[in-house]
Amino acid sequence: MRTGAAEKPGEREPLLSIRGLRVGFRKAGSQFEAVRGIDLDVAKGEVVGIVGESGSGKSVGMLAALGLTSKNAVVTGSVRFKGEELVGKPAREMRKIRGARITMIFQDPLSSLNPVMTVGAQIAEAVRLHQRVTRKQAMARAVELLNLVSIPQPERRASQYPHEFSGGMRQRAVIAMAVANDPDLLIADEPTTALDVTVQAQILNVLRSLQERLGLGLVLITHDLGVVAGHADRVAVVYSGRVVEQADVSQLFADPRHPYTRGLIASIPNLEESRDRLFSIDGSPPALGRLPGGCAFHPRCIHAEARCRTEDPPLRDIGGRFSACHFATTLPPFHSAALAAASLETGSLIP
Amino acid sequence: MSRYILRRLIAMPFLVLGIVTIAFLITTVTKGDPLTAIVAEQQMSNPEVVAAAKARWGLDRPLPERYMIYLGNLLSGDLGTSFITKRNVGTDILYRLPATLELVFAAMIFGTTLGIVLGVLAAYFRNSLIDHGARLFALFGSSLPVFWSGLGLLFVFSVMLHWLPGPGRVDARLALPPGITGFLTIDSLLAGNLTVFKDALWHLLLPAFVLGWTVSGTISRLVRANMLDVMSREFVLTARAKGASEFRVVIVHALRNTMVPTLTVIGYSFAYLITGAVLTETIFSWPGMGSYAVEAARALDFPAIIGVTIVGGLAFLVTNLITDILYVVANPRVRLS
Repeated sequence: MRTGAAEKPGEREPLLSIRGLRVGFRKAGSQFEAVRGIDLDVAKGEVVGIVGESGSGKSVGMLAALGLTSKNAVVTGSVRFKGEELVGKPAREMRKIRGARITMIFQDPLSSLNPVMTVGAQIAEAVRLHQRVTRKQAMARAVELLNLVSIPQPERRASQYPHEFSGGMRQRAVIAMAVANDPDLLIADEPTTALDVTVQAQILNVLRSLQERLGLGLVLITHDLGVVAGHADRVAVVYSGRVVEQADVSQLFADPRHPYTRGLIASIPNLEESRDRLFSIDGSPPALGRLPGGCAFHPRCIHAEARCRTEDPPLRDIGGRFSACHFATTLPPFHSAALAAASLETGSLIP
Repeated sequence: MSRYILRRLIAMPFLVLGIVTIAFLITTVTKGDPLTAIVAEQQMSNPEVVAAAKARWGLDRPLPERYMIYLGNLLSGDLGTSFITKRNVGTDILYRLPATLELVFAAMIFGTTLGIVLGVLAAYFRNSLIDHGARLFALFGSSLPVFWSGLGLLFVFSVMLHWLPGPGRVDARLALPPGITGFLTIDSLLAGNLTVFKDALWHLLLPAFVLGWTVSGTISRLVRANMLDVMSREFVLTARAKGASEFRVVIVHALRNTMVPTLTVIGYSFAYLITGAVLTETIFSWPGMGSYAVEAARALDFPAIIGVTIVGGLAFLVTNLITDILYVVANPRVRLS
């Protein structure tokens, strides 16, 4: 781990270590990179939030780390799990890690369960893929797991099909499946995005309590800074296929050191300061394969200077935290309200 | 679920009655005179002979009466007497039907297996050589007319290469085992007669392939399209994230989700082939329902035509019912409705 949080030994030993991860896709002759070098560490028992807009490469990066990208993807860089390199690992060996040591859950609980298999059978399958147990034992474990994620009447529920479950219940079942083999790391890709707000909180609580009880490393991929603020220990902000800022959650919100992060934080609606309009960052993220020269964020950045147009800033250590901005240490103090007010004058707000 | 099936079963006699009625009415509106099938041409000008024939076959009675007589006979299991063979139509059909069923079963087993395997491979290796090959094979299967592919294959494998026997169901010189199921392959096995079994199997190979090919074309294209859709769904990703093997992902998770439309086509094809394998049966001199239907139609043999129509209709009703039951097995969401 490269952040300041690394200094507590024992409690936070490195679990997953990603360095320079790149994912390129070839499609009909043309080639583009969805992930352009992600560096990230997850310690044992740590909750890391990965924040970014849709299409920023945050999901693809984690899928690639698990070897789950499509056949036309080219993955380079290094992903080490407990010191073991995963990039380029044979598929057969990846399967032993996937679902057992590292598991991943996805955004849409409606479609992430197989509609023609009972929920219990799907959880039991996860057990039997990695443990030598009988069908009966696996089924008993499935019921136990459903109970663990607070699904009432787990015996009855186990023999039901996904369409008999509500959205929140399905996501609980998916989580039960993900922790079936006591993994070390759980990657949750937008786990609450498709759910009602009230259910979102429940699911996050289930995830957090499991994380604490099982000592899981948890990666929360989300576009919702609120989720990150409430649940993550550390945050990586992804823009256009790269990590642009990484810091402990309190540091990040108190003093963001990248203009993109500042924009994201300023655009969170705030009950204390009444504003007529919501803040938004000018422009839109660049299309993949058509990145601007220099810093990918410069066309939308209010601090951009000539240098930003030519030179892509690397992710630098700025004292126990990281930022990929030329002016990371010299940016003015951050006030989200001031930023919003300033842009109000220039008219860059969505009504 | 059982209530659903019960409802379908109750509806069946009414549907059968509908089929019988329509089949009966259609024969009455055809322009042809069935007497030409009964009475020799020279006797047609002899009013006495014609009147006798009419009386003998009941053709002098009014239509409603004929209909009621037919229905009454049908209720006691009597399908009437064929104008041509002068045998009971039921007996004729019972003799023909097993031959067709054997051929159609073989063709369906072959065509379904091939269609599903090709469809899955084509979808999994999308836009590869395997995909293109499978699609070309499917295209030929469903677009080549049977009289062309059948004759072509017969010429190559039987006439040129002598690998397979010519038309027919079995070598006429062989003594056949007692008919238990009516399926020559099964009956010969039951009787322990391997000579007949082998001969019947070799005879079955080509016509089953030709028929199955047409079916496999439809099925493989359907399976391919559905697999492409299903494979992009998130539960496939979930299965992979669990650590399931690709084989397991494709067969256990994806394929089962494509089964409902596939079952529909399998059921439909099966029912259709019971009476629709006419060309194949003709080319391969297969003594089945298709050739019987052609002979009956050509001779305006009304009892036989109606008999064949009823059997064809029943085939549809029964296969539809079986398909509906299988839907429930394939897709649990059907169970609620």
